[in-house]
Amino acid sequence: MTLTVTDLTIARGGLPVLAGLSFAVSKGQALILRGPNGAGKTTLLRTIAGLQEPIGGAISGAEDQIAYAAHADGLKAMLSVRENLEFWAEVFGQDGVDAAIKTFNLTELGDRLAGTLSAGQKRRLGLARLLVTGRPIWVLDEPTVSLDVASVALFADAVRGHLATGGMALIATHIDLGLEDAQVFDVGPFAATMDTPRGASDEAFL
Amino acid sequence: MKALLLRDLRLAFRAGGGFGLGLAFFLIVVMLVAFAVGPQAELLSRIAPGVLWIGALLACLLSLDRLLALDFEDGSLDLLATAPLPLEAALSVKALAHWITTGLPLVVVAPALGVLLNLPPQGFAWITIALLVGTPALSVIGTFGAAITVGIKRGGLLLSLLVLPLYVPTLIFGAEVARRGAQGMDVSTPLLMLAGITFGVLACMPFASAAVLRVNLR
Amino acid sequence: MSLWKYANPVKFLHLSERVLPTLWVLSIACVATGLVWGFFFTPDDFRQGSTVKIIYLHVPSALMAINAWFMMLLASLIWLVRRHHVSALAAKAAAPVGVVMTVIALVTGALWGQPMWGTWWAWDPRLTSFLILFLFYLGYMALWAAIEDPDSAADLTSVLCLVGSVFAVLSRYAVNFWNQGLHQGTSIPVATGERSVADVFFVPLVIAMIGFGLLFLALVFYRTGTEIRLRRTKALLAREART
Repeated sequence: MTLTVTDLTIARGGLPVLAGLSFAVSKGQALILRGPNGAGKTTLLRTIAGLQEPIGGAISGAEDQIAYAAHADGLKAMLSVRENLEFWAEVFGQDGVDAAIKTFNLTELGDRLAGTLSAGQKRRLGLARLLVTGRPIWVLDEPTVSLDVASVALFADAVRGHLATGGMALIATHIDLGLEDAQVFDVGPFAATMDTPRGASDEAFL
Repeated sequence: MKALLLRDLRLAFRAGGGFGLGLAFFLIVVMLVAFAVGPQAELLSRIAPGVLWIGALLACLLSLDRLLALDFEDGSLDLLATAPLPLEAALSVKALAHWITTGLPLVVVAPALGVLLNLPPQGFAWITIALLVGTPALSVIGTFGAAITVGIKRGGLLLSLLVLPLYVPTLIFGAEVARRGAQGMDVSTPLLMLAGITFGVLACMPFASAAVLRVNLR
Repeated sequence: MSLWKYANPVKFLHLSERVLPTLWVLSIACVATGLVWGFFFTPDDFRQGSTVKIIYLHVPSALMAINAWFMMLLASLIWLVRRHHVSALAAKAAAPVGVVMTVIALVTGALWGQPMWGTWWAWDPRLTSFLILFLFYLGYMALWAAIEDPDSAADLTSVLCLVGSVFAVLSRYAVNFWNQGLHQGTSIPVATGERSVADVFFVPLVIAMIGFGLLFLALVFYRTGTEIRLRRTKALLAREART
């Protein structure tokens, strides 16, 4: 099973941002996306997660395989750490809440309300959610925001564990996660130019 | 689906807005109407079915802008949209949770408020039945309104402007059932129409709601 | 060559530049003829006196108020199915015209109702339906105004128009059920081929109706052109900003 992106062109607000992207991620691989702010990394990840339509090209192998995590963690302040995870586990028809809590070192916080956690703890909980989805492809947008060094190491371990069991990861990040054999993909060269092929809605009017 | 329903209900309980607030609002509307039109018993008993319906409508509207907006802000909707549960089903479940936390309590207390408004005795059963049949439609239509305005900052007023006209048929038939029931007339026609609208929106509206929500999420 | 050719914004602008002058002249001629003929050269009605003459404003505007919504519904469907930008913008352009027609119909109705029924307003099914239609127009326009991304706005308003249409029809039946009205039956029942209006009144009325129809077309063409140019300006500015 492989996630394949072929000649993908994506748009933000009616304008193409990235064009002609092609890459593939296969079992056990991680792909790190790099590029300056506003380059379209978030748009790319949202497109791969199926939240928006590409304006050209194709994505294969992503359907119902993706666990998406972005800046907002989808946590409910009035639910406990465990309840938050149990909810997502049930939505995805999985279990493994205890393992997820342990992996991200949340055991002592298990019964605290998510609203009382610090930013970094919340982030860890948000990432623990990935483990209870049972989905093979992790699509992560800046997962290490507000994590300290120790927590980044926890996260890197979790990613390694996921890859070791045949998972895949697509991560937009600026810091070095210490993933040994992760490929790095720079989106910079793919920035859409004036002669990007048609498709974005604004172009009908030019 | 059960998980989502339980989560929404649990949140409504814990955040302490769910049941209590809507009911208090319902009571205040009824009280204010009595103050506004005067205490004459026979006037109040004539307008009671309509007042109860208006109160239910407004109480329902009150909680709509939080129905999806909170989940939108904290990213839950993005995650739900990538979950195995179809968005149509997720929205139906959220509408159900909204009905259980706002519609159902109104149905239960409506007879009690009917007493305050001198509703004739034979009307109690009918106002309860009318609300029971009609309020699910309010929640489902409201979910559509919430989905269409979810990306808009300060969308509350727009939400009311979009949703209230859609409530017209439900209100007309619902109030008619209650009114005819209170006067001891035959209620079958408006009751069937009311049920028809409710089942119709239950069947069709989630598709429209999911479609507009997908647009708002992209 | 097909009709869809004009779904291209640029082609549409060329088309509208060619037909607009004719459309303006024809519509203004028809509206003027219909109204002047109707107001000054028809006899007073034996029962209603001169008040009947407001019919020449009331009926055509009411007709166009409803047809404008139908046009928006059609344009919304075309946008949802074929994603032609002109279609979405035409629906957007028609809404303010439709709402003005609705207001004219409501106001002239009130002015007519005062001497005839002795009241400015009655909760009659037709009047009420128009009031509801007015609210639908307001909601539709407010939604267009509230959303920044033009494609999302087009999608959302199209779905709203669809859903709104279903509920408008439902409301119409509900309102009929709720209160049987004062309003007279339709003046020109097309289905039966008969009519309740005498020839002297009928001819100028038809001319006024055609005139309002053409005026609506001209306004929608004109306003769609404006919307297209606005989008074009925005697209050009966005392109400038990027290079």
